[in-house]
Amino acid sequence: MAALTIAAGTGNWFSALALGVTLLKCLLIPTYYSTDFEVHRNWLAITHSLPISQWYYEATSEWTLDYPPFFAWFEYILSHVAKYFDQEMLNVHNLNYSSSRTLLFQRFSVIFTDILFVYAVHECCKCIGGKKVGKELTEKPKFILSVLLLWNFGLLIVDHIHFQYNGFLFGLMLLSIARLFQKRHMEGAFLFAVLLHFKHIYLYVAPAYGVYLLRSYCFTANKSDGSIRWNSFSFVRVISLGLVVFLVSALSLGPFLALNQLPQVFSRLFPFKRGLCHAYWAPNFWALYNALDKVLSVIGLKLKFLDPNKIPKASMTSGLVQQFQHTVLPSVTPLATLICTLIAILPSIFCLWFKPQGPRGFLRCLILCALSSFMFGWHVHEKAILLAILPMSLLSVGKAGDASVFLILTTTGHYSLFPLLFTAPERKNLFLIGWKLSTYLAWGLWKSAVNLYSLSPPGS
Amino acid sequence: MFGDYEAQRHWQEITFNLPVKQWYFNSSDNNLQYWGLDYPPLTAYHSLLCAYVAKFINADWIALHTSRGYESQAHKLFMRSTVLIADLLIYIPAVVLYCCCLKEISTKKKIANVLCILLYPGLILIDYGHFQYNSVSLGFALWGVLGVSCDWDLLGSLAFCLAINYKQMELYHSLPFFCFLLGKCFKKGLKGKGFVLLVKLACTVVASFILCWLPFFTEREQTLQVLRRLFPVDRGLFEDKVANIWCSFNVLLKIKDILPRHIQLIMSFCFTFLSLLPACIKLTLQPSSKGFKFTLVSCALSFFLFSFQVHEKSILLVSLPVCLVLSDIPFMSTWFLLVSTFSMLPLLLKDELLMPSVVTTMAFFIACVTFFSIFEKTSEEELQLKSFSISVRKYLPCFTFLSRIIQYLFLISVITMVLLTLMTVTLDPPQKLPDLFSVLVCFVSCLNFLFFLVYFNIIIMWDSQNGRNQKKIS
Repeated sequence: MAALTIAAGTGNWFSALALGVTLLKCLLIPTYYSTDFEVHRNWLAITHSLPISQWYYEATSEWTLDYPPFFAWFEYILSHVAKYFDQEMLNVHNLNYSSSRTLLFQRFSVIFTDILFVYAVHECCKCIGGKKVGKELTEKPKFILSVLLLWNFGLLIVDHIHFQYNGFLFGLMLLSIARLFQKRHMEGAFLFAVLLHFKHIYLYVAPAYGVYLLRSYCFTANKSDGSIRWNSFSFVRVISLGLVVFLVSALSLGPFLALNQLPQVFSRLFPFKRGLCHAYWAPNFWALYNALDKVLSVIGLKLKFLDPNKIPKASMTSGLVQQFQHTVLPSVTPLATLICTLIAILPSIFCLWFKPQGPRGFLRCLILCALSSFMFGWHVHEKAILLAILPMSLLSVGKAGDASVFLILTTTGHYSLFPLLFTAPERKNLFLIGWKLSTYLAWGLWKSAVNLYSLSPPGS
Repeated sequence: MFGDYEAQRHWQEITFNLPVKQWYFNSSDNNLQYWGLDYPPLTAYHSLLCAYVAKFINADWIALHTSRGYESQAHKLFMRSTVLIADLLIYIPAVVLYCCCLKEISTKKKIANVLCILLYPGLILIDYGHFQYNSVSLGFALWGVLGVSCDWDLLGSLAFCLAINYKQMELYHSLPFFCFLLGKCFKKGLKGKGFVLLVKLACTVVASFILCWLPFFTEREQTLQVLRRLFPVDRGLFEDKVANIWCSFNVLLKIKDILPRHIQLIMSFCFTFLSLLPACIKLTLQPSSKGFKFTLVSCALSFFLFSFQVHEKSILLVSLPVCLVLSDIPFMSTWFLLVSTFSMLPLLLKDELLMPSVVTTMAFFIACVTFFSIFEKTSEEELQLKSFSISVRKYLPCFTFLSRIIQYLFLISVITMVLLTLMTVTLDPPQKLPDLFSVLVCFVSCLNFLFFLVYFNIIIMWDSQNGRNQKKIS
């Protein structure tokens, strides 16, 4: 009986939560999947059937490899398991191949790799201290945080319906944040470097990492008023950090450097020809900008300020990925978006440098970097809002003010993900789940806000 | 998915397009061989209501004759939504209210109770996977239980009459209701308040039946035809594979072919009533809320095991009362509910519901283990077998290993169920015995159910002893 008890995870609410959400993910297997499913099948085929030198040149399918090399290696490893499910999916010419075994394999691979995410959540829970107020399990910050992260509604939609591999990537990010909280800076830096070479979208938050590590790790001590003490600079630490980043990058890009393919790799990774906005607009500043441009052009046409012949025919709302010129307002270049983003993150970076507040300050800066890049970035996907929501969960169980901001952010963010599911049955199901989760979320955050726990890393 | 889904859609078509008089009769417009209506009038009215909504959305769905076999994404969404709405309006509020009214339990345990009952895999899979409206009849029955347990006898009996008028299988629950209410009347004294209550109850029952059957009471032929459709006595002792005694016995001795029809009828009648008589008599003489719930279980189980023309889905009628006693005996209830889901395995596999059934069963099991800590509640007292084992120990002093035996039986049962599931899914049956795995599933489930029948009857019969002993002590 004892063995069965352990096996079933009795009394361990974390296992119950993790198992429960895994079972839910299994139920989502037959739901609608997007073109991202074919994207990953294609990458399995490319990495399995072709030599490395061909990986970033292969273009039989329109869904070319546009993630960094570590992700390509990840797909390569997966493909060796895939061949036992269905050999046909590994054929590069089998476009849009989706047999039931392929579907099963791909879905299970996402569910399986989420183990890393579960482990990362476990580590994050360890970082949350808390006054021992209330014995109710459902009021403990650890419990609320686990629910917020493990049962994150947006992650469920994007990963297990729309189909992507964000679970384990966010696991890497949360793990690196947890390590920084636990003052294991080298590990945190290493994990983040690895993460960057899995998916370069995490460059959005790289400034936060860079500044924090430089300021709070390389300078080992502060003056009494908290400002920088220049003579406490540690060369050893800087060099070891640089070495870690260099080694990881060498491992990732080395083979392609040797093959002289770096320019090709970078052009795949940073496709600036894709246009200012993604096919379905991410709800960021440029969406408003485009809308304003559209409104002005309509008014201009009506009031005869504009010549109808001079207006370009391509439409930004057509759902296609392409470049576009604005009619009334000045057109936006990638450089302009970069400058806007940099201006937006400057205040938080300054704070992180001049008034460091330990790991919590770093987390705040990270979230602000993610949000700023989301608002002003070039060709932002609406899924990128998850980059801000997930780390914010960690802050929200700490302070009441953070909790209320988080509630707005997460509700709006998850709502903005709804266009990803345009088939009626999925919409109905996820609406129900989302409504239930957000009700619990609101109640949980209100409870924790009332009790006012504080985030404190162990040992401080 | 041609099956109950098409049947329900067809009933919407029939009830919307044809006048009431023709619903249960065979005609050129209404071919009773093609999913003819075989549930009581309330189901027909419910289908009519859904048909009005369907007409509003897309009249093609219920067009007479031309809509047969109609299947589209939008229609599937509509049909599934009707089940969900019925669930939300009737079943779920009943469950929530029932758990709120439980006594001597903390709020946390009440919520856990609600969750576990709602997570019961059998009902979810049959209603949402196979497609049926069991939540309506079970919900009404639960409202009935609630009413009667809280001394709102008239409302309770009204709700239960609605349940019977929705699905005639609810008659499995009717005897405990009858005995409990009769017992209450006796307790209040047949010469005073008890008699008044009896009259009121009789009027309520008669009135609700008349209300539901009004269009069919106008002619004698109408009433008879409906009854013929509801109780098809010429269909035989059992159909397909079901986990009851007759099907299992048929494996060894082909009684279905040997005995004539009327003998089969009498035999099943006798066995059913003999097995449920002790509990019902006890309930009439000593009516109590707890006794009522356990009698519901044992009565429904007796009917399931011994009755005529039982379908495997009827196990849900036993599962509902077992869900109600989940907080009293969590270990045995969880075990029973797992077996009940397993007994429907052949049906679920036919509907390609393997993944959902595995997932929901595991979720239910994890929920019960986490919330009720069932493996720590296997002592004699927790299993409500204390008085029984004390009585046995008067003759056999060494009878101390009861809970140990039960734990081993549980392990054997679970291992057998898992093995059979794996075998059914992965292996092909031998050529000579194509139904081997279904029969094995039914046989194993039947053995489990017999054990549970004995167990629940023991709890009922030895319950008063405990009460009497406690009275002696105090």
